[in-house]
Formats: sequence, structure tokens, C-alpha cells
Amino acid sequence: MTALTRRQRRALTLAMRYLIAVAVTLLFLFPVYWLFMISFKTPEEIFHVPPLWLPGQIQFNNYWVLFKDGDVVAILNSLIVAGTSSVIAMVLGTFCAYSLARFNTGGENLAMWIISQRMIPPMAVVFPIFLIYVHFGMVDTFSGLILLYTAFNLPYVIWMMRGYIADIPLELEESALVDGCTRWQVIWKVVFPMARSGLMATAVFTFVFAWNDFLFALILTRTEVITFPVQLTHYMGGQSNFWAKIAAMSVLGTLPIFVAVTIMQRYLVRGISLGAVKG
Amino acid sequence: MHALKGIDLTIADGEFAVFVGPSGCGKSTLLRTIAGLEDVDAGEIAIGGGVVNDMRPRDRNIAMVFQNYALYPYLTVFENIAFGLRARKFADSEISKRVGDAASMLGITALLDRFPRQLSGGQRQRVAIGRAIVRQAQLFLFDEPLSNLDAKLRDEMRSEIKRLHKNIATTMIYVTHDQVEAMTLADRIVLLRDGRIEQQGSPLDLFERPATGFVAGFLGSPTINLIPAVMDVRGNSVAVRLTSGEMLELPADKVQSAAGSNGKKVILGIRPQHLTRAGRAALPKGQIRVKAVADLIQPTGTRTYVTSRIGDVAVTAELGAHDVHEQGATLDYAVDMNRCVLIDPQTDKVL
Repeated sequence: MTALTRRQRRALTLAMRYLIAVAVTLLFLFPVYWLFMISFKTPEEIFHVPPLWLPGQIQFNNYWVLFKDGDVVAILNSLIVAGTSSVIAMVLGTFCAYSLARFNTGGENLAMWIISQRMIPPMAVVFPIFLIYVHFGMVDTFSGLILLYTAFNLPYVIWMMRGYIADIPLELEESALVDGCTRWQVIWKVVFPMARSGLMATAVFTFVFAWNDFLFALILTRTEVITFPVQLTHYMGGQSNFWAKIAAMSVLGTLPIFVAVTIMQRYLVRGISLGAVKG
Repeated sequence: MHALKGIDLTIADGEFAVFVGPSGCGKSTLLRTIAGLEDVDAGEIAIGGGVVNDMRPRDRNIAMVFQNYALYPYLTVFENIAFGLRARKFADSEISKRVGDAASMLGITALLDRFPRQLSGGQRQRVAIGRAIVRQAQLFLFDEPLSNLDAKLRDEMRSEIKRLHKNIATTMIYVTHDQVEAMTLADRIVLLRDGRIEQQGSPLDLFERPATGFVAGFLGSPTINLIPAVMDVRGNSVAVRLTSGEMLELPADKVQSAAGSNGKKVILGIRPQHLTRAGRAALPKGQIRVKAVADLIQPTGTRTYVTSRIGDVAVTAELGAHDVHEQGATLDYAVDMNRCVLIDPQTDKVL
């Protein structure tokens, strides 16, 4: 075996790293790729043996069917429910978090208690909630789902935002207070801009939670407010599965998340607070 | 637990007051209570004649410069300086005028479009000061504004702050743990210890007439020498006897209260500047010749610090740069007893 120079060894290591990274990426991307491909295939192509890597020609019939039958309403329902509950949870949660972080409201115990709410297995509470919702006539309503997702996301938002807010140098807020801001102005002009990346990231995660939820949506909806994950199950029958519809619906359901994560990426860039404090 | 106890302090209009003391003495807390960032349990705080205890910080008409600059990283220098004016809804034209004036006063006009992360430490501190200036507040508070800067920059900014005070003639309160900053900047030093005012007065007043051993030890560089001794009163002649046996006679004006104090333990405080090399000639009145060996020589360029054992403790003398060259040489010191202080070791009070 010929001895390698230092430089060659380094190049080899780098090549190996890339190789592994690419392999792992391909492994994880393959199902997504397959999903997209199926959504553009005709039924014959979907069941073709051997499998086809690409559809013969891109055709949108699978999507067209979803629009024609009105199934896409499920996506709209999901957008309304997830979007509204995220906004409410973010607004309420951020103010709660500010109170916990800056005024130590309720001491350390209240903060712990709040996050512990998140540890309840959803399955344990879904039927009590169902019975309550039946009693109040909230089953199969937008407000019912929005309320539920808001309640489930609040502890998460509070916990995350408390951390982000605690990281903001206190002097920045004090300086603003002395300079003439009210506490609300401090939150608006200092805390929000400083915690912007944290706000965005948390918002995306709450949105994704509500978007992906299947359990509550399955139990608490009937016909009026069917969300996208529940709609998907309608395509899986006892005799056959409508793969074309499943694929097309899944692609539509992935797009909002894709957009949300793309936006988040901009804000995840760290170092936004560099320069505030010497460090 | 109270961070401050029984503070009674009046600062005159236009005065430059410096709160100084070791860390944990309450100087920052005192400043923050004036700013309204901390609440007081008891007592009254008045600014410009009006009691402000129940006022929010924004209503107290004060400006504050923080140790870590407290610049907003997402705003340009211009907007950072304008922040307080925008919060108070000033007109745009007034804002640009005031920011422009402050920037030119501080020499940062060229930086107005930059962001804080693109500035050096000194520039950031200038921006922070600019933000205070544009407010045209009735009171300026500085909370250790220079402690994040390196030594050279600190000297530079210190002069600028002093000049600033001369130019805008506003009352300023400045917190520092650095006695050089306190001495050079202050019209009045307020020396704090454990939440109480230990002594206040002009810098030279505190330096030359410290009320306690703590004050004597806090101000001055190198630190004052503290030598344990015993009072020795014989008729009209009063001296202190060091543990090594040397007798140092005290000048007449130090003696008034010496009656009945024979045998009392004291601490003799002598500043390094008041130990000089004695020539062959007779010494002036009140100076006493003491022989000692130069154990340690530390030249600083302008002056040389020489450490010797006098009265069984290490004593530092600040001599001329070329006064001593040889370690281990025996020196004749002239100890200026006119300038010494006698401290009661029990009460720490200067006698």
C-alpha cells in the first residue's frame, strides 16, 4: 500500500464525507421523489412492472380530479385551522413567555407546569374532549379545532419563546424604557425584532403540529371541517387504494409546509443579535 | 436583604458625580434606582426638585449609557441614536438635526448608515453616548460605560466624556469601580461600601483627607501603605512605634487628640508618593529618615515602584525613574509624616 500524503488523505476524507452525506440524502429524499412521480403518473404507469422512474409525460389529471370533486377543500380547511390556531397561540404564548421570562411570573414552577401540559399523551384526553365537544356542539366546527390546537400549542410556544426572550440582553429593554418606551413599546420595538428568528421558527413548528395532526381531526370532525390528513384516509379503502389521489393530495398537503420551512430558513440564520453585546 | 441602606445624597445641578466602590457595594443599584429600573422600599428620590419614586423610567427625563452599549443590532447607527426621539414622537426634521449634531460632536457622522456589528468597541460606545445626548435630558446616567474597552481607548473616551460634560453642562452621574476614572472625572466622588456612603467629597478631598482606612486604601495607585504601629506619647512628643521598633515622630498638628492614647494600637497609612529618597542634608520638618532595603524594583517608565520592608510589612515607595537601580541596596527614605494618616484598627476611622 502506497503511503498517502497529508493532502491526499485530507481529500480522501472529504470525499468520503460527501459520499455518505449524498447517500443519506438520497435515502431520505427517495420517498418524496416517488410521491411526486406517482402524482403525475397514469394508473397504468403507477402499477407498471418494473417500476418507472419517470412518468411517460407529465399530466395533471390526478390533481384535476381532486379539484373537480372538491376534495381540495380539505387543504383549505387545514390552512384555516392550522393558520388561525398558530397565530392565536403565538400571540398569547409570546406575551405569557415575556411575563415568565422578565417578571418571573409564578416562579420556576409555573413554567414547568406549563410545559408538562405538553407531555400528556393526546390519546389520553381525546375522548374526554370529544364528549365535552359533543355537549357544547363543537364537534365538526372550525372553532372547535382551532381552540384545541391553540390549547395544545400554547405550552410549546410559551416554553420556546421564554427561552428566546431570556436570551435577549436585559440592557436593551432597560435602555428602551429609559429612552421613553412603555412596556408594550419595548415588546414591540425591542423584543419582537430581537426574537424574530425564534418567533418564526416557533410559528412554523406550531403550524406544522396543527397541520399534521390526525388523531384529533379524525375524532372531532365529520363532514364539515375535514382536514387534509383525514381526507387522505378516505382514499384508502378495504378493496383498493387510490394511489393517484393519495399521491396528489399528499403533494398538495406538503406544499404549505414546504413554503413555511423555506421562509423559516431565512430567519434561522443565527447571529442576528451579534453586536448588541460585546461577545 | 437590602442592597442600599440609609443613602442620603444631594447632587447639585450641573455636577459630575461619580459613584465608586468595590463590586457589590451597591453603586449600580443606586444608579438604577435613580433611573427607575429598580424600586426603592423606603425613602424618596427627587430629580430637579420633583419626587420621582412613582414615575416610570420614561417619565423621569433621564438618559442612560449602559456598560454593554445596549445598541439595537437590527437598527442602523442613525436609528439607534434616534430611538429615544422616535419613541417620544419627535418630528423627522428635529430628529435628523439632533442626530446630526450629536454625531458630529462625537465624530461618528460617517458611521450613521452602518449597523452596530460593523463598529469597533469605541465606536459603539460613542453611539451609545450619542443616543443619550440627543435626548437633551436633565440628567445623564453612566453605568460603567468604559469597562469593556481596552486601556488606551478607555483613556481616550474618559477625556471625551469629561469634555462632553463641559460642553453640555448637564448633571451627570457616573458609576465605576475604577478609581482612576473616579478621580479624573468627578466633581464629587461618592464612595460606597456595603450599600452605604463611606465618604463623599471632591477627589482631592477624599484622597488627602480620607475618613476611613477603606477610603484611604481604595483611592490612590499604588495603594496606600498600611503599617501596624502603637502610639507612643511622652510629654509633648508623640510618635508611633512600629513592630520592628522604629519610632516615627508625628508632627505637632497630628497630635491634638493624642492625649491618653499612649499604647493604643493604630495603623499608620503612608502613600507611596510620600516616601522619597533622602539626601545627605537634614530633612525638612515633619519628615523622618528610615533605612530600608530595596527588595523589589518595578519601573513604570515615568516612576519606579520600590518595595521594602518597613515595620515588618512590605511598603511600596513611588520614586523617580532613576532613583534606584540595584535590588538589595539599602536606601534612606524620607517619610513625610505631615501627609500620613492614623487609622483606628477597630473602627477603621481615621484619627
